[in-house]
Amino acid sequence: MKSANNTASVSVHTEDPPLVTGNLGFHEITQLVSYHTEKRPPAMWYMVLAVSSTLLVMLLAMIGYLFWNGIGVWGNNNPVGWGWPIVNFVFWVGIGHAGTLISAILFLFRQKWRTAINRSAEAMTLFAVICALLFPTIHVGRVWVIYWTLPLPNQMEMWPQFKSPLLWDVFAVSVYFTVSLIFWYVGLIPDLGTLRDRARTTLRRRIMAFFALGWTGANRHWRNYEKAYLLLAALATPLVLSVHSVVSFDFAVSIVPGWHTTIFPPYFVAGAIFSGFAMVMTLLIVARKVYGIRNIITMDHLEKMAIIILVTGTMVGFAYITEFFMAWYSQVEYEQYAFLNRSTGPYAWAYWTMMSCNLLFPQFFWIKRLRRSIPFLFVTSIIVNIGMWFERFVITVTSLHRDFLPSSWDYFNPTIVDVLTLVGSFGLFLTLFLLFLRFLPMVAMAEVKMVLPEADPHYYENHTTPEE
Amino acid sequence: MLKEILRIVKPTMGIYESSEDRTYGLLAEFSDPGALLAAAGKVREAGYKHFDTHSPFPIHGMDRAMGLGNSLVGYITFGGGVAGLLLATWLQWWTSAVDYPINISGKPFFAFEPAIPIMFELTVLFSALAAVGGMLALNGLPRPYNPLFYSREFSRVTDDAFFLHIAASDEQFDLQGTEAFLRGIHAVQVEVIADKGYSDLHQNPE
Repeated sequence: MKSANNTASVSVHTEDPPLVTGNLGFHEITQLVSYHTEKRPPAMWYMVLAVSSTLLVMLLAMIGYLFWNGIGVWGNNNPVGWGWPIVNFVFWVGIGHAGTLISAILFLFRQKWRTAINRSAEAMTLFAVICALLFPTIHVGRVWVIYWTLPLPNQMEMWPQFKSPLLWDVFAVSVYFTVSLIFWYVGLIPDLGTLRDRARTTLRRRIMAFFALGWTGANRHWRNYEKAYLLLAALATPLVLSVHSVVSFDFAVSIVPGWHTTIFPPYFVAGAIFSGFAMVMTLLIVARKVYGIRNIITMDHLEKMAIIILVTGTMVGFAYITEFFMAWYSQVEYEQYAFLNRSTGPYAWAYWTMMSCNLLFPQFFWIKRLRRSIPFLFVTSIIVNIGMWFERFVITVTSLHRDFLPSSWDYFNPTIVDVLTLVGSFGLFLTLFLLFLRFLPMVAMAEVKMVLPEADPHYYENHTTPEE
Repeated sequence: MLKEILRIVKPTMGIYESSEDRTYGLLAEFSDPGALLAAAGKVREAGYKHFDTHSPFPIHGMDRAMGLGNSLVGYITFGGGVAGLLLATWLQWWTSAVDYPINISGKPFFAFEPAIPIMFELTVLFSALAAVGGMLALNGLPRPYNPLFYSREFSRVTDDAFFLHIAASDEQFDLQGTEAFLRGIHAVQVEVIADKGYSDLHQNPE
């Protein structure tokens, strides 16, 4: 305990640039962040919400159409049984990695810059995981018996197959969602207290008071709270690494050439962090501008995220090349064919889209000027997510479409329902994110206040001398 | 017996009994985290036990200044984790090797290797739920009613104000004496907190 206190006070006095610029005090931070949940949202918010909720309605219509007709409305065919729904699932669950990574791993490494972006990144994680959970659920076909994936006693006296990676996936993703949700909520409690104490109307005060659980900022409470938060971070850290590893087991435990490789777990996790950070960047570049919080989410934050995108993008690119090397080195004919077919076969266009978006574009982040250029960051973050969607498409579809026997080869074409369902899932994601921006503080106020130099009790020994 | 346990446990959660004249305690405001930390140490040295500091964010070193030991959340979390691990092991073994064994590709009915992912997931899930549940239980939350909320000044505690509260239930508490003591350790302002909840509910039926 003693050493922890000492390191905390030492790191406050380092020569790093300030985490919060513009000389903001405690009250200014409260005001700047809470204000946006209290005033009428800008016209832009309504316009974007109109678009995103339209897409959400379209998603619901597509799902209704699917339930009525069955999964024949999709492009899935005989060799390609896992078409777009599984591509979209892996894509969304990957995006849902950055939030918990930022909140948990960066917390354990005492990266104080995380406090500005962790709240919105965690919210983004939750909404991405909701989108991810949707796709395997509707992909099972008979969605009304989806509860068979859970170990519930039933009239057939049967249990789920615990040796199957698909069942591990059910557990991994739903546990990840639950733990991310409670981690996010625990972080919100003090800030909900702030909103409660600022509320002008009785109804608003009562709603906020209900969710703030009677928080008074008591030190006896902070003591248990900080311990619980630390433990949640410590638990979420292996969890976030395990989720995409388990997702990769869905592929790697099978015997399909192109899937059956041991590199998949680390490669999937690196890809997930890569795409997740790109999505956080896309959303925050817009949000910090619209909400005028450029002093809290500073250029340095964006630059640090760009460096993480560069590192993970290079790791992903390295994995692509390693896969090729292993296919050649293994001397397995089917494995070699699968990879040759990927890069030169009928899906070569998708493969080279993936390669250029993921390996090539992030390399521009070696240049500091580009790392600090908002338009460039914004465009690259979108390119990265296009590339990561294609990565999942390449892995899923190119490995399946040419089976061991040429008689069962086929070309996969998505249908309009496939396309509209993917577009609609962005509507679900954006609608939830916009509602979050409207009703909850998008920056963790208590945590940002804690990293200000004024929050250190020893700050006052040098600056103002209380009379003794 | 239960009453006796509650009498000991409640003050550790920051829940105090009001005195007979419905005084809950004295709320003193301090100018900054440094002043609050110094004041907490002096209040403790003066022998007070039922007191707490309130701040918009946790202040480093406050646990030591207030003389609080290590939080129990860690032990509760560990218990939750062990429960999750045992449940996952038992669930997978009993469903696939005892209740309804099915031969799948000649694999053993139960083996640890394929059981590990779910053992891990449930360990994490139960630990996380225990961490949050334990934190709330030890803090006595949710607590919808707290006499401190009657103070107008106290609404700034989640914004930028720093308070120290000495409860009337403390053995050393004495309205005039404690107030003078708080002013002596540089409190910016001191306020008497009245526990008006009962009278609000029963005498003003609006």
